[in-house]
Amino acid sequence: MRTVTCIECAGEVPLTDDVMIGEIVECPDCGVELEVREVDPLTVELAPEIEEDWGE
Amino acid sequence: MRVGLLYSRIRVEEKLIVAALEARGVEVELIDVRRTHFDLERPEPWQEYDVVLERCVSHSRALAALQILDRWGVPCVNPAPVASVCGDKLATSLALTAAGVPTPPVRIAFTPEAALEAIEELGYPAVLKPAVGSWGRLLARVNDRDAAEAILEHKSTLGSYHHSIFYVQGYVDKPGRDVRSFVIGDETVCAITRTSEHWITNTARGGRATNCPVTPEIDRLSRAAAGAVGGGVVAVDLLETPEGAFLVNEVNYTMEFRNSMEPTGVDIAGRLADYVMRVGEGAPVAMAPAEGFGHNGAAVAREER
Repeated sequence: MRTVTCIECAGEVPLTDDVMIGEIVECPDCGVELEVREVDPLTVELAPEIEEDWGE
Repeated sequence: MRVGLLYSRIRVEEKLIVAALEARGVEVELIDVRRTHFDLERPEPWQEYDVVLERCVSHSRALAALQILDRWGVPCVNPAPVASVCGDKLATSLALTAAGVPTPPVRIAFTPEAALEAIEELGYPAVLKPAVGSWGRLLARVNDRDAAEAILEHKSTLGSYHHSIFYVQGYVDKPGRDVRSFVIGDETVCAITRTSEHWITNTARGGRATNCPVTPEIDRLSRAAAGAVGGGVVAVDLLETPEGAFLVNEVNYTMEFRNSMEPTGVDIAGRLADYVMRVGEGAPVAMAPAEGFGHNGAAVAREER
Protein backbone atom coordinates (compact mmCIF):
# COMPACT_ATOMS: atom_id res chain seq x y z
CA MET A 1 0.00 0.00 0.00
CA ARG A 2 1.24 3.46 -0.88
CA THR A 3 1.24 6.31 1.60
CA VAL A 4 1.58 10.06 1.48
CA THR A 5 2.38 12.56 4.21
CA CYS A 6 -0.53 14.69 5.36
CA ILE A 7 0.21 18.34 4.62
CA GLU A 8 -1.85 19.40 7.63
CA CYS A 9 -0.54 17.19 10.46
CA ALA A 10 2.37 15.24 8.88
CA GLY A 11 0.54 11.97 9.58
CA GLU A 12 0.79 9.00 7.25
CA VAL A 13 -2.15 8.72 4.83
CA PRO A 14 -2.67 5.31 3.20
CA LEU A 15 -3.70 5.19 -0.48
CA THR A 16 -4.97 2.34 -2.59
CA ASP A 17 -2.78 1.09 -5.43
CA ASP A 18 -5.28 2.32 -8.04
CA VAL A 19 -5.36 5.87 -6.65
CA MET A 20 -6.22 8.48 -9.28
CA ILE A 21 -5.57 12.18 -9.72
CA GLY A 22 -8.59 14.06 -8.38
CA GLU A 23 -9.41 11.47 -5.75
CA ILE A 24 -10.16 12.64 -2.21
CA VAL A 25 -8.52 10.88 0.72
CA GLU A 26 -8.96 11.49 4.42
CA CYS A 27 -6.07 11.69 6.84
CA PRO A 28 -6.69 9.09 9.57
CA ASP A 29 -4.83 11.22 12.11
CA CYS A 30 -6.37 14.70 11.76
CA GLY A 31 -9.39 13.97 9.53
CA VAL A 32 -8.56 16.60 6.92
CA GLU A 33 -9.60 15.87 3.33
CA LEU A 34 -6.79 15.81 0.81
CA GLU A 35 -7.00 15.83 -2.98
CA VAL A 36 -4.49 13.80 -4.96
CA ARG A 37 -2.82 16.09 -7.48
CA GLU A 38 -0.11 13.77 -8.82
CA VAL A 39 0.37 10.03 -8.57
CA ASP A 40 4.03 9.87 -9.56
CA PRO A 41 5.36 11.21 -7.32
CA LEU A 42 2.38 11.24 -4.97
CA THR A 43 1.35 14.81 -4.30
CA VAL A 44 -1.66 16.02 -2.34
CA GLU A 45 -3.20 19.37 -1.49
CA LEU A 46 -6.05 20.38 0.80
CA ALA A 47 -9.36 19.43 -0.83
CA PRO A 48 -11.74 22.30 -1.55
CA GLU A 49 -14.62 22.88 0.83
CA ILE A 50 -18.05 21.76 -0.35
CA GLU A 51 -19.78 24.57 -2.21
CA GLU A 52 -23.47 25.43 -2.28
CA ASP A 53 -24.14 24.12 -5.79
CA TRP A 54 -22.38 20.78 -5.29
CA GLY A 55 -24.34 17.60 -5.53
CA GLU A 56 -25.55 14.99 -7.94
CA MET B 1 -13.83 5.80 -29.62
CA ARG B 2 -12.70 8.97 -27.84
CA VAL B 3 -14.49 9.56 -24.56
CA GLY B 4 -13.87 12.61 -22.38
CA LEU B 5 -14.87 12.46 -18.74
CA LEU B 6 -15.38 15.90 -17.25
CA TYR B 7 -14.90 15.86 -13.49
CA SER B 8 -14.03 17.95 -10.49
CA ARG B 9 -13.66 15.12 -7.96
CA ILE B 10 -12.87 11.49 -8.55
CA ARG B 11 -15.44 9.69 -6.43
CA VAL B 12 -16.02 5.95 -6.23
CA GLU B 13 -18.49 6.35 -9.10
CA GLU B 14 -15.95 7.91 -11.46
CA LYS B 15 -13.47 5.11 -10.74
CA LEU B 16 -16.14 2.52 -11.46
CA ILE B 17 -17.16 4.25 -14.70
CA VAL B 18 -13.57 4.57 -15.92
CA ALA B 19 -12.94 0.89 -15.12
CA ALA B 20 -16.14 -0.11 -16.95
CA LEU B 21 -15.24 1.92 -20.05
CA GLU B 22 -11.67 0.60 -20.08
CA ALA B 23 -12.97 -2.96 -19.73
CA ARG B 24 -14.92 -2.27 -22.94
CA GLY B 25 -11.76 -1.18 -24.74
CA VAL B 26 -12.45 2.54 -24.51
CA GLU B 27 -9.71 4.94 -23.59
CA VAL B 28 -11.04 7.62 -21.29
CA GLU B 29 -9.51 11.07 -21.11
CA LEU B 30 -10.05 12.62 -17.69
CA ILE B 31 -10.66 16.37 -17.85
CA ASP B 32 -10.57 18.33 -14.59
CA VAL B 33 -13.09 21.11 -15.17
CA ARG B 34 -11.22 23.33 -12.69
CA ARG B 35 -8.02 23.15 -14.66
CA THR B 36 -9.27 23.54 -18.19
CA HIS B 37 -10.69 26.44 -20.16
CA PHE B 38 -12.76 26.82 -23.28
CA ASP B 39 -11.63 29.07 -26.13
CA LEU B 40 -14.98 30.01 -27.63
CA GLU B 41 -13.40 30.55 -31.04
CA ARG B 42 -11.70 27.15 -31.04
CA PRO B 43 -14.12 24.28 -30.63
CA GLU B 44 -12.03 21.85 -32.69
CA PRO B 45 -10.10 20.14 -29.85
CA TRP B 46 -13.37 19.38 -28.08
CA GLN B 47 -15.11 18.26 -31.25
CA GLU B 48 -12.60 15.43 -31.50
CA TYR B 49 -14.43 13.65 -28.68
CA ASP B 50 -17.08 11.19 -29.78
CA VAL B 51 -18.84 11.82 -26.49
CA VAL B 52 -18.21 13.68 -23.25
CA LEU B 53 -19.49 12.27 -19.98
CA GLU B 54 -20.13 15.05 -17.47
CA ARG B 55 -19.49 14.06 -13.83
CA CYS B 56 -18.77 17.37 -12.07
CA VAL B 57 -20.00 17.89 -8.52
CA SER B 58 -20.58 21.60 -9.18
CA HIS B 59 -23.87 22.23 -10.95
CA SER B 60 -22.98 25.70 -12.20
CA ARG B 61 -19.67 24.57 -13.71
CA ALA B 62 -21.25 21.46 -15.19
CA LEU B 63 -24.02 23.44 -16.80
CA ALA B 64 -21.68 26.07 -18.24
CA ALA B 65 -19.39 23.41 -19.73
CA LEU B 66 -22.33 21.47 -21.17
CA GLN B 67 -23.82 24.59 -22.72
CA ILE B 68 -20.55 25.24 -24.53
CA LEU B 69 -20.16 21.63 -25.67
CA ASP B 70 -23.80 21.40 -26.75
CA ARG B 71 -23.42 24.54 -28.85
CA TRP B 72 -20.35 23.00 -30.49
CA GLY B 73 -22.25 19.84 -31.32
CA VAL B 74 -20.28 17.56 -28.99
CA PRO B 75 -22.53 14.69 -27.81
CA CYS B 76 -22.79 14.82 -24.02
CA VAL B 77 -24.15 12.58 -21.31
CA ASN B 78 -26.15 14.31 -20.05
CA PRO B 79 -26.88 17.16 -22.48
CA ALA B 80 -27.13 20.76 -21.23
CA PRO B 81 -30.96 20.95 -21.30
CA VAL B 82 -31.17 17.91 -18.98
CA ALA B 83 -28.65 19.45 -16.57
CA SER B 84 -30.45 22.77 -16.73
CA VAL B 85 -33.78 21.21 -15.76
CA CYS B 86 -32.54 18.70 -13.17
CA GLY B 87 -30.14 21.10 -11.47
CA ASP B 88 -32.90 23.54 -10.66
CA LYS B 89 -35.84 22.32 -8.58
CA LEU B 90 -38.15 24.97 -10.00
CA ALA B 91 -37.33 23.90 -13.57
CA THR B 92 -37.76 20.24 -12.57
CA SER B 93 -41.16 20.90 -11.03
CA LEU B 94 -42.25 22.83 -14.11
CA ALA B 95 -41.13 20.01 -16.41
CA LEU B 96 -42.80 17.29 -14.32
CA THR B 97 -46.04 19.24 -14.01
CA ALA B 98 -46.11 20.04 -17.73
CA ALA B 99 -45.68 16.33 -18.50
CA GLY B 100 -48.41 15.38 -16.05
CA VAL B 101 -46.02 13.39 -13.88
CA PRO B 102 -47.34 13.17 -10.31
CA THR B 103 -45.23 15.31 -7.98
CA PRO B 104 -45.77 16.95 -4.58
CA PRO B 105 -47.50 20.35 -4.66
CA VAL B 106 -45.09 23.28 -5.04
CA ARG B 107 -45.43 27.03 -4.47
CA ILE B 108 -42.88 29.61 -5.56
CA ALA B 109 -42.66 33.01 -3.87
CA PHE B 110 -40.24 35.91 -4.04
CA THR B 111 -40.59 37.54 -0.65
CA PRO B 112 -40.74 36.10 2.89
CA GLU B 113 -44.28 37.46 3.26
CA ALA B 114 -45.52 35.75 0.10
CA ALA B 115 -43.66 32.57 1.04
CA LEU B 116 -45.37 32.54 4.44
CA GLU B 117 -48.72 32.86 2.69
CA ALA B 118 -47.79 29.96 0.40
CA ILE B 119 -46.74 27.80 3.35
CA GLU B 120 -49.98 28.51 5.20
CA GLU B 121 -51.95 27.70 2.05
CA LEU B 122 -50.14 24.35 1.70
CA GLY B 123 -50.49 23.63 5.41
CA TYR B 124 -48.01 22.48 8.04
CA PRO B 125 -45.65 20.79 7.86
CA ALA B 126 -44.23 22.18 4.63
CA VAL B 127 -40.73 21.87 3.19
CA LEU B 128 -38.48 24.76 2.19
CA LYS B 129 -35.75 23.85 -0.26
CA PRO B 130 -33.05 25.80 -2.04
CA ALA B 131 -33.81 25.75 -5.78
CA VAL B 132 -30.22 24.64 -6.43
CA GLY B 133 -28.63 22.16 -4.04
CA SER B 134 -28.26 18.49 -3.37
CA TRP B 135 -27.34 15.79 -0.87
CA GLY B 136 -30.23 16.87 1.34
CA ARG B 137 -28.49 20.08 2.37
CA LEU B 138 -30.37 23.16 3.57
CA LEU B 139 -33.75 21.45 3.52
CA ALA B 140 -36.11 22.62 6.22
CA ARG B 141 -39.27 20.96 7.42
CA VAL B 142 -41.43 23.79 8.63
CA ASN B 143 -43.74 22.53 11.34
CA ASP B 144 -45.50 25.72 12.40
CA ARG B 145 -45.81 29.44 11.79
CA ASP B 146 -43.08 30.35 14.29
CA ALA B 147 -40.59 28.12 12.49
CA ALA B 148 -41.73 29.45 9.10
CA GLU B 149 -41.16 33.07 10.10
CA ALA B 150 -37.73 32.29 11.58
CA ILE B 151 -36.48 30.25 8.61
CA LEU B 152 -37.75 32.73 6.05
CA GLU B 153 -36.06 35.59 7.89
CA HIS B 154 -32.81 33.65 8.10
CA LYS B 155 -32.95 32.76 4.41
CA SER B 156 -33.62 36.30 3.27
CA THR B 157 -31.03 37.84 5.60
CA LEU B 158 -28.19 35.32 5.45
CA GLY B 159 -28.65 33.57 2.12
CA SER B 160 -27.27 34.54 -1.28
CA TYR B 161 -29.69 36.00 -3.80
CA HIS B 162 -30.70 32.46 -4.86
CA HIS B 163 -32.40 32.06 -1.50
CA SER B 164 -34.78 34.91 -2.24
CA ILE B 165 -36.63 32.57 -4.57
CA PHE B 166 -38.61 30.55 -2.07
CA TYR B 167 -39.37 27.00 -3.18
CA VAL B 168 -42.07 25.58 -0.91
CA GLN B 169 -43.14 21.99 -1.25
CA GLY B 170 -45.99 20.17 0.42
CA TYR B 171 -44.65 17.67 2.96
CA VAL B 172 -45.24 14.04 2.03
CA ASP B 173 -45.65 11.86 5.11
CA LYS B 174 -43.70 8.95 3.67
CA PRO B 175 -43.31 5.70 5.62
CA GLY B 176 -39.71 6.23 6.80
CA ARG B 177 -38.33 5.51 3.37
CA ASP B 178 -38.32 6.64 -0.22
CA VAL B 179 -37.39 5.03 -3.51
CA ARG B 180 -34.60 5.96 -5.87
CA SER B 181 -34.71 4.50 -9.35
CA PHE B 182 -31.99 4.60 -11.97
CA VAL B 183 -32.97 5.30 -15.55
CA ILE B 184 -30.46 4.79 -18.33
CA GLY B 185 -31.75 5.65 -21.77
CA ASP B 186 -35.29 4.35 -21.94
CA GLU B 187 -34.88 1.66 -19.27
CA THR B 188 -35.31 1.67 -15.49
CA VAL B 189 -32.31 -0.52 -14.71
CA CYS B 190 -32.88 -0.87 -10.94
CA ALA B 191 -34.15 0.86 -7.83
CA ILE B 192 -33.31 1.08 -4.15
CA THR B 193 -35.30 1.85 -1.05
CA ARG B 194 -33.63 4.41 1.20
CA THR B 195 -34.63 3.98 4.82
CA SER B 196 -33.95 6.44 7.60
CA GLU B 197 -35.42 7.47 10.92
CA HIS B 198 -34.80 11.04 9.80
CA TRP B 199 -37.26 12.61 7.35
CA ILE B 200 -34.32 13.28 5.02
CA THR B 201 -33.50 9.86 3.55
CA ASN B 202 -30.54 10.68 1.25
CA THR B 203 -27.76 8.12 1.53
CA ALA B 204 -25.41 11.11 1.76
CA ARG B 205 -27.21 11.81 5.05
CA GLY B 206 -27.10 8.26 6.37
CA GLY B 207 -30.11 6.65 4.65
CA ARG B 208 -29.66 2.86 4.25
CA ALA B 209 -30.01 1.40 0.78
CA THR B 210 -31.75 -1.91 0.05
CA ASN B 211 -32.97 -3.38 -3.21
CA CYS B 212 -36.39 -2.26 -4.40
CA PRO B 213 -38.06 -4.37 -7.07
CA VAL B 214 -38.90 -2.28 -10.15
CA THR B 215 -42.67 -2.62 -10.21
CA PRO B 216 -44.58 -1.62 -13.35
CA GLU B 217 -45.64 1.58 -11.56
CA ILE B 218 -42.11 2.52 -10.48
CA ASP B 219 -40.88 1.77 -13.99
CA ARG B 220 -43.59 3.85 -15.62
CA LEU B 221 -43.17 6.82 -13.30
CA SER B 222 -39.38 6.71 -13.51
CA ARG B 223 -39.34 6.67 -17.28
CA ALA B 224 -41.99 9.38 -17.41
CA ALA B 225 -39.90 11.57 -15.09
CA ALA B 226 -36.77 10.92 -17.16
CA GLY B 227 -38.65 11.77 -20.33
CA ALA B 228 -40.01 14.96 -18.77
CA VAL B 229 -36.49 16.27 -18.07
CA GLY B 230 -35.10 15.21 -21.45
CA GLY B 231 -33.85 11.67 -20.92
CA GLY B 232 -30.26 10.51 -20.60
CA VAL B 233 -28.92 8.98 -17.41
CA VAL B 234 -30.83 10.07 -14.33
CA ALA B 235 -31.76 8.99 -10.82
CA VAL B 236 -35.38 9.57 -9.90
CA ASP B 237 -36.46 10.11 -6.29
CA LEU B 238 -39.95 8.84 -5.55
CA LEU B 239 -41.96 9.56 -2.40
CA GLU B 240 -44.69 7.22 -1.23
CA THR B 241 -47.83 8.85 0.12
CA PRO B 242 -49.80 7.42 3.07
CA GLU B 243 -52.30 6.23 0.45
CA GLY B 244 -49.58 4.22 -1.27
CA ALA B 245 -49.25 6.33 -4.41
CA PHE B 246 -45.85 7.45 -5.65
CA LEU B 247 -44.89 11.06 -6.35
CA VAL B 248 -41.74 12.10 -8.20
CA ASN B 249 -39.76 14.35 -5.89
CA GLU B 250 -36.55 15.10 -7.76
CA VAL B 251 -34.49 13.97 -10.73
CA ASN B 252 -30.68 13.88 -10.48
CA TYR B 253 -28.51 14.19 -13.58
CA THR B 254 -25.06 13.30 -12.14
CA MET B 255 -26.22 10.36 -10.12
CA GLU B 256 -24.25 8.71 -7.38
CA PHE B 257 -24.68 4.95 -7.15
CA ARG B 258 -21.88 3.54 -5.00
CA ASN B 259 -24.38 2.25 -2.42
CA SER B 260 -26.79 0.85 -4.99
CA MET B 261 -24.81 -1.65 -7.06
CA GLU B 262 -24.39 -4.18 -4.28
CA PRO B 263 -28.00 -4.32 -3.00
CA THR B 264 -29.50 -4.34 -6.50
CA GLY B 265 -26.90 -6.62 -8.05
CA VAL B 266 -26.99 -4.40 -11.14
CA ASP B 267 -23.74 -3.19 -12.67
CA ILE B 268 -24.87 0.43 -12.93
CA ALA B 269 -21.42 1.63 -13.95
CA GLY B 270 -21.32 -0.95 -16.74
CA ARG B 271 -24.79 -0.03 -17.96
CA LEU B 272 -23.82 3.62 -17.92
CA ALA B 273 -20.64 2.85 -19.88
CA ASP B 274 -22.67 0.93 -22.49
CA TYR B 275 -25.01 3.90 -22.83
CA VAL B 276 -22.14 6.40 -23.18
CA MET B 277 -20.69 4.25 -25.95
CA ARG B 278 -24.04 4.13 -27.75
CA VAL B 279 -24.24 7.93 -27.61
CA GLY B 280 -20.66 8.11 -28.86
CA GLU B 281 -21.71 5.96 -31.81
CA GLY B 282 -24.47 8.44 -32.65
CA ALA B 283 -27.51 7.27 -30.69
CA PRO B 284 -29.80 10.12 -29.65
CA VAL B 285 -30.02 11.02 -25.95
CA ALA B 286 -33.53 12.40 -25.83
CA MET B 287 -36.25 9.87 -25.09
CA ALA B 288 -39.86 9.99 -26.15
CA PRO B 289 -42.26 11.29 -23.49
CA ALA B 290 -44.02 8.46 -21.66
CA GLU B 291 -47.55 7.71 -22.64
CA GLY B 292 -50.45 7.66 -20.23
CA PHE B 293 -49.69 10.88 -18.41
CA GLY B 294 -52.26 13.55 -19.09
CA HIS B 295 -51.92 16.96 -17.53
CA ASN B 296 -53.55 15.54 -14.42
CA GLY B 297 -51.09 12.68 -14.26
CA ALA B 298 -51.44 12.11 -10.53
CA ALA B 299 -55.04 11.11 -10.88
CA VAL B 300 -54.28 8.81 -13.81
CA ALA B 301 -51.46 7.07 -11.95
CA ARG B 302 -53.47 6.54 -8.78
CA GLU B 303 -56.51 5.18 -10.54
CA GLU B 304 -54.42 2.59 -12.29
CA ARG B 305 -52.86 1.19 -9.12
